[in-house]
Amino acid sequence: MIQIDGISKAFGGLQAVDSVHFTIAKGGITGLIGPNGAGKSTLFAILAGFLPPDRGRVLLDGEDVTGLPPHTLFHRGLVRTFQIPHEFSRMTVRENLMIVPPGQAGESLPHAWFRWGRVKREDRAVGKKADEVLAFLNLTHVMDELAGNLSGGQKKLLELGRTMMTDAKVVLLDEPGAGVNRTLLNSIRDAIRRLNQERGYTFCLIEHDMDLIAQLCDPVVVMAQGRVIAQGAMEQVRANTEVQEAYLGGGVSGRGVSAMTEADIGRGRPGGPGGDNGDPEEWRP
Amino acid sequence: MEWAGLLTYGVFFVTVAGIYAVLTLGLNVQFGFTGQINIGIAGFFAVGAYTSAILTTAASDHHLGGFGLPFPIGVAGAMVASALVAVVIGWVTMRLRTDYLAIATIGIAEIIRLALKNEEWLTNGVRGVPAIPRPFSETLEFDTLAGLAGLLPDPLEATVLEVLSGPLGAAVLEVLSGPLVSLVVVLVFLALAWWMVERARVSPWGRVLRAIRENEDGVRAAGKDVVRCRLQAFVLGSAIMGMAGALYANFVGFISPEAFLPLYGTFLVWVMLIAGGAGNNTGALVGAFVIWLLWSATQFLTDALGAEYATQAGALRVLLIGVLLQVILILRPQGLVPENGRKGRH
Repeated sequence: MIQIDGISKAFGGLQAVDSVHFTIAKGGITGLIGPNGAGKSTLFAILAGFLPPDRGRVLLDGEDVTGLPPHTLFHRGLVRTFQIPHEFSRMTVRENLMIVPPGQAGESLPHAWFRWGRVKREDRAVGKKADEVLAFLNLTHVMDELAGNLSGGQKKLLELGRTMMTDAKVVLLDEPGAGVNRTLLNSIRDAIRRLNQERGYTFCLIEHDMDLIAQLCDPVVVMAQGRVIAQGAMEQVRANTEVQEAYLGGGVSGRGVSAMTEADIGRGRPGGPGGDNGDPEEWRP
Repeated sequence: MEWAGLLTYGVFFVTVAGIYAVLTLGLNVQFGFTGQINIGIAGFFAVGAYTSAILTTAASDHHLGGFGLPFPIGVAGAMVASALVAVVIGWVTMRLRTDYLAIATIGIAEIIRLALKNEEWLTNGVRGVPAIPRPFSETLEFDTLAGLAGLLPDPLEATVLEVLSGPLGAAVLEVLSGPLVSLVVVLVFLALAWWMVERARVSPWGRVLRAIRENEDGVRAAGKDVVRCRLQAFVLGSAIMGMAGALYANFVGFISPEAFLPLYGTFLVWVMLIAGGAGNNTGALVGAFVIWLLWSATQFLTDALGAEYATQAGALRVLLIGVLLQVILILRPQGLVPENGRKGRH
């Protein structure tokens, strides 16, 4: 589905992504893990067209799509979410979803002015689709709330919901579980699984919650300091000494002991809810 | 004649406020919907005014044209000219972030004003373009009305003619033959601008723009071409500012570069939009009328200070408006009519 072929990206003197090769297989759920600062989110930004790589190519269904802008990639079926939710704060939750469907006639001004009937009709259909997604995500009760008023976990759901408003083929999820409580996390997990099985979405997700990764992902790709250091099934990756070292801060990395507490591989998240964002969960049922 | 003066003043007041309302609606598309900071409103206003002036005045040796075309063509030309200028400027600046766009537009408005001042073949320079016809001014003269009265049955015709010839008729004619027509014309175009902008706001197009204002990367991730959408908003807003320019030129009858200084053309419009409530077209209208009322009221205040303080009084008015803007921003940043009604907090 997506082939990542020698992608590199440096910010000043920092080699954020360093000749990364791997493949996101069609119809699968690929996990992308690694300690903070490993270059995972940078890689996502490159794949989705938000950042140009310094070197290397991205192939989507065998075609070179390196450097294409995000909206073009979106129309080819490549959709991403953000680690920090990018909700539209001063718009309602429902409007946040209704933005997404591509090719809405009412996005053209002449149509909005002179073919209002058609625009209205189409918008009702888009609204219905949004209502379905809201029901699926258990957000119906807040649909007319401004998105800025949602809790951290609800915003994460909204991010996921936006991918459900598309006809995506590949979805890149950046920490869908960060800052989400266990119950909500389970429903996110189920949502991902259903979208994968029922709608055939291909997923690649960055996540620090090892339980979630273990339950959903095969294969798992591990990055550290910009490079892929291991890939394979979760069990294999767990047993890999280089991976353990990267997480535990040994060897050349010079990473402090602090890095190990949160990312202690294989033990999930001992602290319960809360992830990279450190956002305390305030899920309101 | 006292009340005729008052009536004329009232008509004048609403006309100017209406023109400002058109400008404010244009800015609302750019800032209120999309979050673009355009501090060059006066530039687009001027392009519209000069375009309409050149298109509608009678032929003159002092500037390009005039072409003596009807007023509606003047307005259309003004909108097209402003839109074209916006396309060129937008092409260059749409990739800039909001604050850089603000700086660029300040410069552009000054460039436009200086070009109008110096390109004498085009604009007659500092001497300006005179004798711009008021819209439909010939249709409501005494003779036309008397002719129309001729269509009425006999006793009524005599009465109407008598009234028309009397002092009341003179007052009515004085207003009708110009100012009142201008008022109606301005209100009609204000309604048109309102319709264009409000329909755009509630459509999916406006939804994408508001989303761009909230989070640009989020919109890019939703597959929208952000640069194109921003350019469209910038061009539509500027075209509407051009419409306001045409209304102004044909209402005032004379324009010169001095009329397009940033204070009147840009600064007041910003105060109006922010006071009324950015993002909301009703707010833009309310803001235009309320602030124009306050601005006009300060004139009476400063008049009371007497002639020896005239210069200081002028500066004081600007100061008052500046202070008012600060007070609004602190006490009611969402404006008189907030965009999201009761939900406006988060």
